[in-house]
Amino acid sequence: MASDDRRANLQPLSLYVPEPKFRPGDAVDFTSVRLPPAGETRRPDTADKAETFIDLAYELVRVLDDDHQAVGPWNPRLSPDTMRSMLRSMALVRAFDERMFRAQRQGKTSFYMKCTGEEAVAVSAAFALDYEDMCFPSYRQQGLLIARGWSMVDMMNQIYSNSADRLQGKQLPIMYSVREAGFFSISGNLATQYPQAVGWAMASAAKGDTRIAATWCGEGSTAEGDFHSACTFASVYRAPVIFNVVNNQWAISSFSGFAGAESTTFAARAVGYGIAGLRVDGNDALAVYAATAWAAERARTNQGPTLIEHFTYRAEGHSTSDDPGQYRSEGEPNAWPLGDPIRRLKDHLIAIGEWDEERHVAQDKDLAEEVKRAQKEAEKNGILGHGLHQPLDTLFDGVFEELPWHLREQQAQMLAEETASGRPWARKS
Amino acid sequence: MNMIQAINSAMDVMMARDPDVIVMGEDVGYFGGVFRATAGLQAKYGKQRVFDTPITECGIIGVAVGMGAYGLRPVPEIQFADYIYPALDQLVSEAARLRYRSAGEFIAPMTVRSPFGGGIFGGQTHSQSPEGIFTHVSGVKTVIPSTPYDAKGLLIAAIEDNDPTIFFEPKRIYNGPFDGYWDRPAQNWSKHPAGEVPTGYYKIELGKAKVVRAGEALTVLAYGTMVHVAQAVIADAGIDAEIIDLRTLVPLDIDTIEASVKKTGRCMIIHEATRTSGFGAELSAIVQERCFYHLEAPIERVTGFDTPYPHSLEWAYFPGPVRIGEALKKVMKD
Ligand SMILES: Cc1ncc(C[n+]2csc(CCOP(=O)(O)OP(=O)(O)O)c2C)c(N)n1
Repeated sequence: MASDDRRANLQPLSLYVPEPKFRPGDAVDFTSVRLPPAGETRRPDTADKAETFIDLAYELVRVLDDDHQAVGPWNPRLSPDTMRSMLRSMALVRAFDERMFRAQRQGKTSFYMKCTGEEAVAVSAAFALDYEDMCFPSYRQQGLLIARGWSMVDMMNQIYSNSADRLQGKQLPIMYSVREAGFFSISGNLATQYPQAVGWAMASAAKGDTRIAATWCGEGSTAEGDFHSACTFASVYRAPVIFNVVNNQWAISSFSGFAGAESTTFAARAVGYGIAGLRVDGNDALAVYAATAWAAERARTNQGPTLIEHFTYRAEGHSTSDDPGQYRSEGEPNAWPLGDPIRRLKDHLIAIGEWDEERHVAQDKDLAEEVKRAQKEAEKNGILGHGLHQPLDTLFDGVFEELPWHLREQQAQMLAEETASGRPWARKS
Repeated sequence: MNMIQAINSAMDVMMARDPDVIVMGEDVGYFGGVFRATAGLQAKYGKQRVFDTPITECGIIGVAVGMGAYGLRPVPEIQFADYIYPALDQLVSEAARLRYRSAGEFIAPMTVRSPFGGGIFGGQTHSQSPEGIFTHVSGVKTVIPSTPYDAKGLLIAAIEDNDPTIFFEPKRIYNGPFDGYWDRPAQNWSKHPAGEVPTGYYKIELGKAKVVRAGEALTVLAYGTMVHVAQAVIADAGIDAEIIDLRTLVPLDIDTIEASVKKTGRCMIIHEATRTSGFGAELSAIVQERCFYHLEAPIERVTGFDTPYPHSLEWAYFPGPVRIGEALKKVMKD
């Protein structure tokens, strides 16, 4: 064949497979991470057309500078009280994570996931959104509930799958659902919440409501088809929704390059859909607040969706089932150039004379006590596997609104089985 | 070897034999998979043949279809069977029909590996048994091993097979057999004869069941974890049952099943998947069609309930010794 002759002269193709810069044992050097100085990135009017600020999808919105001052057009000019509240919420999230991680290690529950280093992403958003707005989180946004003042005992009941668990012991720990706090039920299947958030937002718009939706996923999850369907719908219907992509650099053992980070930013996903895109320093609580408030204003004024990439770092393991030492350099978390979000906000408050180290230490102690008290309270309702769980018959609740014959039959079978087993569990009636 | 090591060994053997075999999936490369099933393969065969993928199951399977069409033999991993649903369209409408619709011009010789089943407190999205969905689809084979020895031999056969195969790995028995008594200490494969796995090449033909216990009084059909639970229950009950490990659901070894039920006159089917439209329904229909006049009692199905997998009450969901024991009484009644 003619084509065979020609092929003999062609260069062979080669397959490119990305590789992270550092592996276990490697020294870490993050100097190649491009960090524009705080205050430099422009802030368009929320009424501006998305196509007029495409550059923002490649920049990095930063407010807190190296001298701990809040600078530039994105400075949200929050009151010291608000900032202290944000700091407190972030520190509380960290204390909660510490305690629950330990509870898992003590065998009190099956699973836990921390958000260490990413506290600003959820907490600042909670402060910038209205309480009535609906959040469609992924599994690392416990900060939304904590910042919204939701009961930690209630969250722990869920983690322990105990007799007071509002989800009746049906969900994996940390997969909360709190409708009253605008917190949509979390799915274990990645990115499914994205189109659902768009649907909620479209419904709100169609009904002439004033509430908007916000959703979160990891950078790894942006590869899922659901992410792209959501962007298309949001763009077409100008849905009042905020897409948050939490780029914490790692998806279990896969670095962000496997989601496409070597070719472009995640905020730039917005560009192809004609959606507003912003890239934000995710460890800068004020930048996250400002970006969220800006996106919320766009949504509320019918300018449509905004996609915010939060550039951050997952400081700890993926979950209690993960050992990051197996795949990434030990030095990474400490070398991360954007620092620790809690420390940065604390340093800012200290720099402006609104906080001090002593108060911070005292607050950390108080928060640890508060979490401990909540834990004691929750453990009165039981921990996983210790018998204090939901009545056995509830296993069949919630499959349908009403129990069809086949489920009633199976329920009876299960109860008979438990009697036969000689260790009957508590029952509903 | 435990089952994870046996599965790893199967891929190792096949990658060494055939340069067209490639392994891909979420976290399978450098890290070697969240269950460590692909550990060491990237170091040995390089990034071009063992690599991480973006987190998109439909992408993983769609890409595997294209690779298969080119002539490679991809072995994609879906990290948990619960995450195979986003890939359903590529599996059901594409991989399963490529040979048929192109009259053999293109084929999709892929082996989709995926851990499945519960008993590990994984909640509803880390515990499901979706095999029935795939047995319902024409054009894909469904394989489920119950021992390390079988896992390796069957996986090698699946990789060599020219049709798309779903290879479900019962994660509850990755590290050792399981008798269904969740509050008893776990056993280890090193103390089990099926944990003795040759390091080299061998294969177990797809579509051949294995009689794991010969008997006259009853035929028990099971696969995966349930083979071990069945063995424990039958031993406790002291019944002379014949236990058949199906090993492949499609194609099914109908001859072994038929001969056994005709001999024993009784049949019990056990699986962990939900009951309605589960594979047990198919087995029950087949046995009824072929062995009706030999049956001395109605066929019994022991299954998971028709609910999503619950987290805290998971042992009430799991078809354990009590449920099987009750069914045994019914099927053995004269
Ligand atoms: C559909 C689906 N596929 C795979 C998984 C398994 N899984 C759970 S978390 C995870 C990594 C997600 O990474 P990313 O989206 O970056 O979020 P992060 O954990 O970094 O916050 C994977 C692959 C899943 N839960 N759902």
